Amino acid sequence: MNTFAAPAIDAAPTQAYSANPSGAHLNADRISAWFGTNKVLERVSLSMPPGTVTALIGPSGCGKSTFLRILNRMHELVPSAKLAGEVRLNGVDIYAADNPITVTRKRIGMVFQKPNPFPAMSIGENVIAGLKLNGSRASRTERARLIEDCLTRAGLWNEVKGRLGDAGGSLSGGQQQRLCIARSLAVSPDVLLMDEPCSALDPTSTRRIEETIAILRNQVTIVIVTHNMQQAARVSQQCAFFLAEQGTPGQIVEAGATKDIFEQPRDPRTADYVHGRFG
Amino acid sequence: MTTLIDLRPAGSAPEPDDAPRPIRRSLSLPDYVFRWGTTGIGAVVLVITGGIGIFLGYQLVPTLHHYGLHFFAENQWNPGLNILGISSVLIGTVEVALIALVFAFPLALLTALYISEYAPSWLRGSLTALVDLMAAIPSILYAVWGFFLICPHALYVARWLNEYFGWIPLFHVQNGDARAPVFTATQYDYSPFIAGMVVSMMVIPLACAVMLGVFGQAPIAEREGAYALGSTRWGMIRTVVLPFGRGGIIGGTMLALGRALGETMAVLLILSLNTDIKFRPLELGGVTTAQLIANFFGEATGGQLSALLAAGFVLFAITILVNTIAAMIVNRSRSGALTEI
Repeated sequence: MNTFAAPAIDAAPTQAYSANPSGAHLNADRISAWFGTNKVLERVSLSMPPGTVTALIGPSGCGKSTFLRILNRMHELVPSAKLAGEVRLNGVDIYAADNPITVTRKRIGMVFQKPNPFPAMSIGENVIAGLKLNGSRASRTERARLIEDCLTRAGLWNEVKGRLGDAGGSLSGGQQQRLCIARSLAVSPDVLLMDEPCSALDPTSTRRIEETIAILRNQVTIVIVTHNMQQAARVSQQCAFFLAEQGTPGQIVEAGATKDIFEQPRDPRTADYVHGRFG
Repeated sequence: MTTLIDLRPAGSAPEPDDAPRPIRRSLSLPDYVFRWGTTGIGAVVLVITGGIGIFLGYQLVPTLHHYGLHFFAENQWNPGLNILGISSVLIGTVEVALIALVFAFPLALLTALYISEYAPSWLRGSLTALVDLMAAIPSILYAVWGFFLICPHALYVARWLNEYFGWIPLFHVQNGDARAPVFTATQYDYSPFIAGMVVSMMVIPLACAVMLGVFGQAPIAEREGAYALGSTRWGMIRTVVLPFGRGGIIGGTMLALGRALGETMAVLLILSLNTDIKFRPLELGGVTTAQLIANFFGEATGGQLSALLAAGFVLFAITILVNTIAAMIVNRSRSGALTEI
């Protein structure tokens, strides 16, 4: 009996924030965002269903990273940042006053552009750092099993199993990024946000991360920002094209199945971008 | 197995072994002037510090000649009988400095954490300026403030400590029974405890400023990484800010210790001079090196002046040592910084 299998739950979640092993439905509704008085996003709506990898593509400065950071309340860490609209996780607004921010961020994990393992911790400690940060306790055997499970799911276990006590910073960039993915998985999130997770990595590490994403797809809802068109085509099932035209805030020009966006885009600007004619 | 392909034309002579070539740079005149100008100015600092050390160290010679190694073991400083020694002075100096740290360390750490992590951004600037201002207040003002405002109240803290922890030798006060019908307040006044308390106020801004500087540099990427895992603010501080700032915390504390060791004015005014060796900081009387020098410098002559300066040399050496260790800890890079990609 696999103790890590979550209990079976009904198709329709009866309880807000239910721990659904195959991810949760994330819904962004008319999101606008400002930095000071500068508006960077204009009424962006996007549905990110479970079991799906959603890729956010678009040229630099079009607001896709800002949009991603709004999805797990990282946006408000910037002092002048403001936003409008709703982000609903299984139908519940994550910005509602009675939703604790720590619970929201635990449910909606994030992997950053630059790998950011905690340098003062070992590889193993990095994986279970989320437990310590949330103040939850686990026995030694539980922790050991969680470390192995998360590192395996992130595709890193075989490379580090003999040296879990080494510093997290002793790994290569690609390994560090997979360690960060394992760290996010350890708090069993429903959604995993990835902000250009491969932009600092070499092609081999990139391929490993893409394989990891393909495996995780059925376990958590994944939203990934990427500048790499081929990567978006390879890893995602649905795609949203963001664009900010001269002096206007970013908007979604077109969103839909990845196949459609790449093969028969409806908007000429999407066609130009995915075929590399600008951006 | 690799095969080297010989690209040289057939039949040519083998190349001679290669040797590293020297690399010379020629400096233009302005470069030359600038380099030696800055080197000279930098050297002045070393010369001044070294000069002080040599001047003071030189006084050790006549002192040891007069009083022998007994100078370090004798606790009395009695110019009238010409019995001079610095054992009580050294112990007292360290005692007052450590008491100051006991107060200064937690206050400086919590102040720095509040300013850098909890204070709203509009308040942060003014609070930082206020801490810097605290460092700029002349020590005589702290001394007067301590004498008139701290002393009369702190002795009740001392009495409380003695009442409940007096069974620990460190908190014992002779002839100062806290439960006596008539409380002998004078036994608690002008003690190393109160002097250390006032000195701590002077070293807090120093330690706090160093800690603030380091906390502010804790990488945003790691802070966000912690928050993205659902961390509370305190959890983030514990996993990111404190491990990152460890060097600054230790270094700032050591710098504060260095300053506390040499603090003169407050101790001179508050601590009642007494050269007995006793480990009862709550009790009236004690002595520190700086206080000793300030107190006896006026009427000292000849060999006794040398002895005072020799005591100063010992203080100088301890302070330099503490500050050097502090600088080494502050400058030592953390392990993770090496793997920056």
